[in-house]
Amino acid sequence: MIALLLRDLRLATRAGGGFGLGLAFFLMVAVLVPLGVGPEAATLSRIAPGILWVGALLACLLSLDRLFALDFEDGSLDLLATAPIPLEGMVAVKGLAHWLVTGLPLTAISPVLGLLMHLAPAGYPWLVLALALGTPALSMIGAFGAALTVGLKRGGLLMSLLVLPMYVPTLIFGADLVTRGAQGQATTTPLLFLAAVTLGSAAVLPFAAAQALRMNLR
Amino acid sequence: MNLQVVDLAVARGGVAVLAAVNFRLDAGRALILRGPNGLGKTTLLRTVAGLQPPLAGEVRVPEDQMAYAAHADGLKSTLTVAENLGFWASVFGTGSAEAALAAMNLTGLRDRRAADLSAGQKRRLGLARLLVTGRRFWCLDEPTVSLDTASVALFAGVLRAHLAEGGAALIATHIDLGLPEAALLDLTPFRAPLSGPAGAFDEAFS
Repeated sequence: MIALLLRDLRLATRAGGGFGLGLAFFLMVAVLVPLGVGPEAATLSRIAPGILWVGALLACLLSLDRLFALDFEDGSLDLLATAPIPLEGMVAVKGLAHWLVTGLPLTAISPVLGLLMHLAPAGYPWLVLALALGTPALSMIGAFGAALTVGLKRGGLLMSLLVLPMYVPTLIFGADLVTRGAQGQATTTPLLFLAAVTLGSAAVLPFAAAQALRMNLR
Repeated sequence: MNLQVVDLAVARGGVAVLAAVNFRLDAGRALILRGPNGLGKTTLLRTVAGLQPPLAGEVRVPEDQMAYAAHADGLKSTLTVAENLGFWASVFGTGSAEAALAAMNLTGLRDRRAADLSAGQKRRLGLARLLVTGRRFWCLDEPTVSLDTASVALFAGVLRAHLAEGGAALIATHIDLGLPEAALLDLTPFRAPLSGPAGAFDEAFS
């Protein structure tokens, strides 16, 4: 399984692997929104948590359709299915690799983008915490969506339609956590719910995704 | 240690293609499957390899002893030859890929990216993967596509060595591999009868 993780990380960082694509997209969203909305600090800081979360969501989505589709096209998915690694473990590892190349860099770069969006100073630690807690769920839910649509031509669009509604809880609790944190209010409830969504999807979705892959490989 | 296929029926896209297939493959033997295009050779191999469930019947095979090689070689074009093979070696926990590289005459290409290989070289790399799986039963679907005669002979040698070590191979192929000791099974008699509407239609006009 470590071999699979290392291979996916290596593939992502090689030419055409798509590493940095999501990051650049996230950056563009945070740069464009102030240009569109106008430079008033009050407006920007009020919408900052929501915009940053929506940006992170869409940035995650960008590279998801390649998660299993590339392996399906070149035949490695068939070979992995007959390998000693259980499919559930394979899905979990690929989700983890996706998080390491998208979610983690997004989390790391988010304070800089918070600055562009005039986020209130008290909100920075909460922004980083919320993204660190929430983005693993984005990768895992996305892996499930990618597994459902793996055999389809142009399945990426359908996958977005399937996955985005499932991102709603993470978006609500994540953005709420940052908003409350920035305004100095109590944060326990959204924090716990965000963590619960992530833990729940990490526990359940590898099994669901593996089952979807088995159906699609037939 | 053998592979048994009992009364196996397989379906492709929901339509039964082969029915009542029976054979046995003992260690040290090779079985070559023959039949016209579209008969269901690939479907049969995928079922035997466990990639799809049988329609009826069963495949009796020791657990985790099956290696599958299909038309697609499962290569990552941005990884080098040695990286591609090393990945599969560590997935199957068999350690080094050097012996497999040497066996398929790939040592000179080890640092080349898979994207820069010719079709035949990619195929050789795909077949070298079988050697690093360490598995006893090989399920091969047209293993010699795009190989030249020298490479076919090379692969036949590798296959013979695998059989000599107690392995076994189930091969769907149209060309002569140069393995006179391999048994032949023509699948044409096992073609599944056309079911449902087509049969009823014919009866109405008989």
